[in-house]
Amino acid sequence: MSKMQEFMGWVDARFPMTKMWEEHLSKYYAPKNFNFWYFFGSLALLVLVIQIVTGIFLTMNYKPDATLAFASVEYIMRDVNGGWIIRYMHSTGASAFFIVVYLHMFRGLMYGSFKKPRELVWIFGMLIYLALMAEAFMGYLLPWGQMSYWGAQVIVNLFGAIPVIGQDLSIWIRGDYVISDATLNRFFAFHVIAVPLVLLALIVAHVIALHEVGSNNPDGIEIKKNKDANGIPVDGIPFHPYYSVKDIVGVVVFLMFFAAAMFFLPEMGGYFLEHANFIPADPLKTPAHIAPVWYFTPFYTVLRAVPDPFLGVIAMGAAVVILFFLPWIDQNPIKSMRYRSPLHFMNLLFFAASFIYLGYLGVNPPEPVLAEMGLRFSEVYFLFFFVLWFHSKTRSAGFSYAALIVLVGIYSIYDLVRVGEGNMGLVTSSWLIPTGYMAIMLLAPLFTNLNQEKPVPERLTK
Amino acid sequence: MKKIITALLITLMPALGFAAGGGVHLDEADVDLHNQASLQNGAKLFVNYCLSCHSAAYMRYNRMGRDLGLTDEQVAENLMFAADKVGDTMTVAMPATDAKKWFGTKIPDLTVVARARGADWLYTYLRTFYLDPSRPWGVNNATFKDVGMPHVLWELEGLKQPVYETYKDHDGNDAKRIVGYDMIQPGKMSEAEYDNAVRDLVNFMVYMGEPAKLSRYYIGVWVLLFLALLFVVSYAMKKEFWKDVH
Repeated sequence: MSKMQEFMGWVDARFPMTKMWEEHLSKYYAPKNFNFWYFFGSLALLVLVIQIVTGIFLTMNYKPDATLAFASVEYIMRDVNGGWIIRYMHSTGASAFFIVVYLHMFRGLMYGSFKKPRELVWIFGMLIYLALMAEAFMGYLLPWGQMSYWGAQVIVNLFGAIPVIGQDLSIWIRGDYVISDATLNRFFAFHVIAVPLVLLALIVAHVIALHEVGSNNPDGIEIKKNKDANGIPVDGIPFHPYYSVKDIVGVVVFLMFFAAAMFFLPEMGGYFLEHANFIPADPLKTPAHIAPVWYFTPFYTVLRAVPDPFLGVIAMGAAVVILFFLPWIDQNPIKSMRYRSPLHFMNLLFFAASFIYLGYLGVNPPEPVLAEMGLRFSEVYFLFFFVLWFHSKTRSAGFSYAALIVLVGIYSIYDLVRVGEGNMGLVTSSWLIPTGYMAIMLLAPLFTNLNQEKPVPERLTK
Repeated sequence: MKKIITALLITLMPALGFAAGGGVHLDEADVDLHNQASLQNGAKLFVNYCLSCHSAAYMRYNRMGRDLGLTDEQVAENLMFAADKVGDTMTVAMPATDAKKWFGTKIPDLTVVARARGADWLYTYLRTFYLDPSRPWGVNNATFKDVGMPHVLWELEGLKQPVYETYKDHDGNDAKRIVGYDMIQPGKMSEAEYDNAVRDLVNFMVYMGEPAKLSRYYIGVWVLLFLALLFVVSYAMKKEFWKDVH
């Protein structure tokens, strides 16, 4: 026995080192057909590490104090050696985190990775997404620029829209009647320790749950159904070394995009770092246009689409919460879109486009046409989930028509209430967007073979 | 088909068709951070004309000197009027309360103003002061209406009167807009010279907004080259390991 083996034996007698290594890496069998979309999980982990490490270095010079915060960020940008690299890594990393996570989530949607038996993997993932939003929101206050300040003001005021307890709740969150030094201090505490701890715990849970059931794959076929004599999935390969070396390639390519952004476009035209955030926070000067950072804007559009503030908050909350229920909304036994109908594929594509468009709308001021689009695509956003449920199985003609009439009826009643002489043309023409979407998604199965599903093979295709 | 897509995009995303925000036409500053002479001239203009009222409180004199190819002595002799040590930041002596009384508003710090406003805005702003007797300092600005700041560079540019044009606005009422300027009292510089001076000044302010900008492109290229190399190696490694997967 070599010295190394001897040492490992000593450790293994006291701590399950080899056991964990094998369970999660060298004997964790992953399907051999992972494609491009399967890079984003490991990339999310990479970005997390980047954020934690750069974050630690930033706290060494950042001052969570309303009179010093803005200046301390500029101090980091100028006087701290390599400070600007650290800071740009962190600010670019925030946006990169959401890009990677959105792609990771969409992958789950495409290949049905949220479906049985991976419901908990999905739910832990959604909790991570929620924690990430809280983390990003509180982190954005720290540079103490105008957008930091007023963005936080707008979001915290949302809680004020809750009946009865709203006002007290928002004061409790801020620790003051307006966003102030007290708010900055507590957001700093949450951003650097409380939320990261929760995030780490959730990520561990996410990975443990995943490794318990095994990874899904682009074919949506369970590889554990086909095992060889040794109990090893025939279509599985050990995560290490196969996927560790493959993910390294993904990491390098990702870092190329990341470096290109942080060295050449750290502001990303005002999307990663908003221009107005280079003006120190001024409680007396409200900026003409307050926009959250891009990764929140799809939900911000949903919020603005509803005139009543409280109902708006409910709608925005629902837009996030509904994602938790995905495993029970989409009950179609076929996981991957590869074997689902062309109609399902169109539905996913339209949802992705709508989500991006909602994001675009949230960055821009709600001028009449854009505000109308915000409402229509918010409707599409929610209707998507109905369509997903509707496509779970073959529906009768009667049910299809009834569902179409009821759902179109609901928002049409609201349209009748709000339509006037001034917006007649806009409301009627934009009405065609959700209505056309619903008509195609619900009625196409009756008249075309667009809802034809394909047989799912027994083994992975490639 | 292409036309339909274009039309659709413009209807759905008007901000793509028009420059976002403002509505004021901005001239292109076209600054060049590699032009050290321009940066030095900009620094000179900045400390002479801007720094009497505006601070640049996050910028250190010696850092500026180092980046602009000047020695500490040169900086101390030519560019430092309001500080003792070259390691100091560019603060001003004017008390904030007085400033508020004299100009009606807090005087903004200019260190990162180029990142908030953009080079084109600054370049246009500094070239659109015009005579307006209704304003406390006798001048107004076409880019920043009713700004509290006087035309500090008037000695260089001269003073100009706006030429108006009447047009019909959305509601069919007569409205005025500025289409050009008449020079009433010429300054020390010709129009072209003044434009260049302002370009140098804005160039300096862009540098000051982010001193790291001088080096980050350079570093970025090396980082990308390194990653490209790493890609080749890591891809080859992946290929090697995956040879037996079918």
